Amino acid sequence: MPELVAGLMAGALILYALLGGADYGGGVWDLLATGPRAREQRRLIADAIAPVWEANHVWLILVLVVLFTAFPPAFAAIGTALHIPLTLMLIGVVLRGTAFTFRHYDDQHDQVQRRWGLVFSIASIITPILLGVAVGAVVSGNIRSPEAGGSFVLPWLAPFPFAVGLLALALFAFLAAVFLTVEAHERELANDFRLRAIWAGVAVFLTAGLALLLARRGAPMIWEHLLTGRWAVPLQVATALAAIGAFAALWIRRFRLARVLAAAQVSLILAGWATAQFPWLVVPEHTIRSAAAPDSVLQPLLVALGLGALVLAPSIYYLMRVFKGRGQRSTVNGRP
Amino acid sequence: MPDLLAARSQMAVSLIFHIVFAAIGIAMPLLMVIAEWRWQRTGDEGYLTLAKRWGRGTAILFAVGAVSGTVLSFELGLLWPRFMGYAGAIIGMPFSLEGFAFFTEAVFLGVYLYGWGKVSPRAHLLSGVAVAVSGMLSGIFVVIANAWMNTPAGFTLVNGVPTDIRPFAAMANPHAFPQTLHMTLAAYAATGFAVAGIHALFLRRDPNNGFHRKACGIALAVGAVTAVLQPLSGDIMAKAVARNQPVKLAAFEGHFETRRGAPLHIGGWPDEGAGVTRWALEVPRGLSLLAFNDPDAEVRGLNDFPRENWPPVAIVHLAFQLMVACGTVMALVGLWSVWRRWRYRSGWPSSRRFLLAVAVAAPLGFIAIEAGWIVTEVGRQPWIIYGIMRTREAVTPMPGLIVPFLTFTVLYLLLGGMTAWLIWRQVIASPSGTYHA
Repeated sequence: MPELVAGLMAGALILYALLGGADYGGGVWDLLATGPRAREQRRLIADAIAPVWEANHVWLILVLVVLFTAFPPAFAAIGTALHIPLTLMLIGVVLRGTAFTFRHYDDQHDQVQRRWGLVFSIASIITPILLGVAVGAVVSGNIRSPEAGGSFVLPWLAPFPFAVGLLALALFAFLAAVFLTVEAHERELANDFRLRAIWAGVAVFLTAGLALLLARRGAPMIWEHLLTGRWAVPLQVATALAAIGAFAALWIRRFRLARVLAAAQVSLILAGWATAQFPWLVVPEHTIRSAAAPDSVLQPLLVALGLGALVLAPSIYYLMRVFKGRGQRSTVNGRP
Repeated sequence: MPDLLAARSQMAVSLIFHIVFAAIGIAMPLLMVIAEWRWQRTGDEGYLTLAKRWGRGTAILFAVGAVSGTVLSFELGLLWPRFMGYAGAIIGMPFSLEGFAFFTEAVFLGVYLYGWGKVSPRAHLLSGVAVAVSGMLSGIFVVIANAWMNTPAGFTLVNGVPTDIRPFAAMANPHAFPQTLHMTLAAYAATGFAVAGIHALFLRRDPNNGFHRKACGIALAVGAVTAVLQPLSGDIMAKAVARNQPVKLAAFEGHFETRRGAPLHIGGWPDEGAGVTRWALEVPRGLSLLAFNDPDAEVRGLNDFPRENWPPVAIVHLAFQLMVACGTVMALVGLWSVWRRWRYRSGWPSSRRFLLAVAVAAPLGFIAIEAGWIVTEVGRQPWIIYGIMRTREAVTPMPGLIVPFLTFTVLYLLLGGMTAWLIWRQVIASPSGTYHA
């Protein structure tokens, strides 16, 4: 049963990466908006994010809540060892969310609005990097309890976690660019994001390579599992196929197909990480089993998650159909 | 600054900041839905303007509430990892349910804000109802978790380790009902009065402004009814504290000596060193009567408990007095509103004196909420889980906690200022081309 809960948690994390991650990526492209259509690019990004970002953000909360309910010691260990990067990440979360909302609702003065936009986009870059750093530190195998002489700095202030941070940023930027090719209704605008998606895809490739390279020393256990695990090869082949397919679809302008393949690629990368980390939650002190709460907690939790999903799935389907469905014009007419 | 104090201060700042937005996030959607419903019923465009304005306000405040709530859920682990390692499994259930309620709220708020003209009027109104209901539920679930910290239940301690954990029994702890009732009513009363009071100020200057009249009317209806009910829920709450946390009740009252027929202290300053409460107005037998429905009941005083288990008495007593005072004024203004409504059917927010009273009461609800949370949180000290785990045992070993404390304090001060300014410009100010009804 603990494995099932951990699997659901990984699933929620993947959904956060796909949905919330794309919102962060939007912030990246907001900062990098250039060319004759910079204003239109920003507009498209804002319109795409506005109705859904609150809901997308909740996946992170769900992951967190399931973690501390089902695996309390792991949550305590992460909260203790990664106090600094997680606190910095929270500042990013606060600034991004509020700056986006403030900018959106305050389009009276260009000067003020531009400043909010800058805060929004910079926070959108820093937050995913720190999220990646935290993940990198968790898999690195360097987190020790304070009683065992654990440090508050060394586990995360290392090359490997930061490589994971850059990879997260590249993945989110890639997802956002691919999603935006579909959302753009003008051909030139879609082309802008097609080009950005291709470059971001290259960045994903490079940062993934870098992370893998550094994993050998920075996260030896994961390195080994990535090479020799039972699921390692099939997952990596599938990831590669999805990546090549996404590139090809972008190349021939089949944007809807590219969206599916890019989402598959990112999900497979995360699934690959999750299986490589199995059975550890926080390497090397907490496994899924050792950190799990008793079944009397997990059982009702699973029931609650199931019932919650029954409410949630149709709600989210409805939200996406209203705002992201086929034939929906993505330009929201100004502020609501 | 010692790390424990820094951690407690950071938690306090985060809660003081978040609770304002959480309360508004519970109550504002109700106002917004009522306005839209009135528009659909009457066809009066003024109500539509109002629904859109309030929707916009909800969006801004909800965003701030969502991110500050995220900060809090992380801070549980960042500041109190040993508490979460101990209690996470027991109180995870209400947090999980809150996660789904929050999800529903975010989804339908998206539909509500951006769905004007995209979904049918009926679906739009129902989305608003979904936001209002799930907002209320999220609040209830989180307060249930806090109630558990005051009256832990749903597990058995074996050699200091919680075993036989029953998550639903933990949710049904003795303070779950009184605390959620008290806080939910508080959210509606505080938000209703704050909104009504702001518009009442406008009405004093511009009595025929239809926008402000409608806004004040709806907000006052919600605020007045809940403010009148609030003293009843306060009584239920206080009786539960008297039963389950006698030392906290003694701190509320600055009540030092155990005695029968204990008096109620109004105001005054509890002197912990001397063990007396000075300069208080005493109502003979009042405390016994209020706490136990019996003027001769015995009420245990602080001196009955070891000194190390006392909360900071003066802070708790003063915060309690402040909360009760604000609530009393609001209930009186609420009664006056209800009476006016009954007496003058047609237009209730009208006389200048009445509008002044409403405006004066505007900030009281939020002052009472802040004071009330100080009462419940500081009053629980030195425990993080009442009677089971001390706050100092729960704090992270991380050094230098003054840095995040100061950082978040500055961040929240800036954010609070920005939000107030934005709400002023986008929600409150008279719409241009104001029409008169």
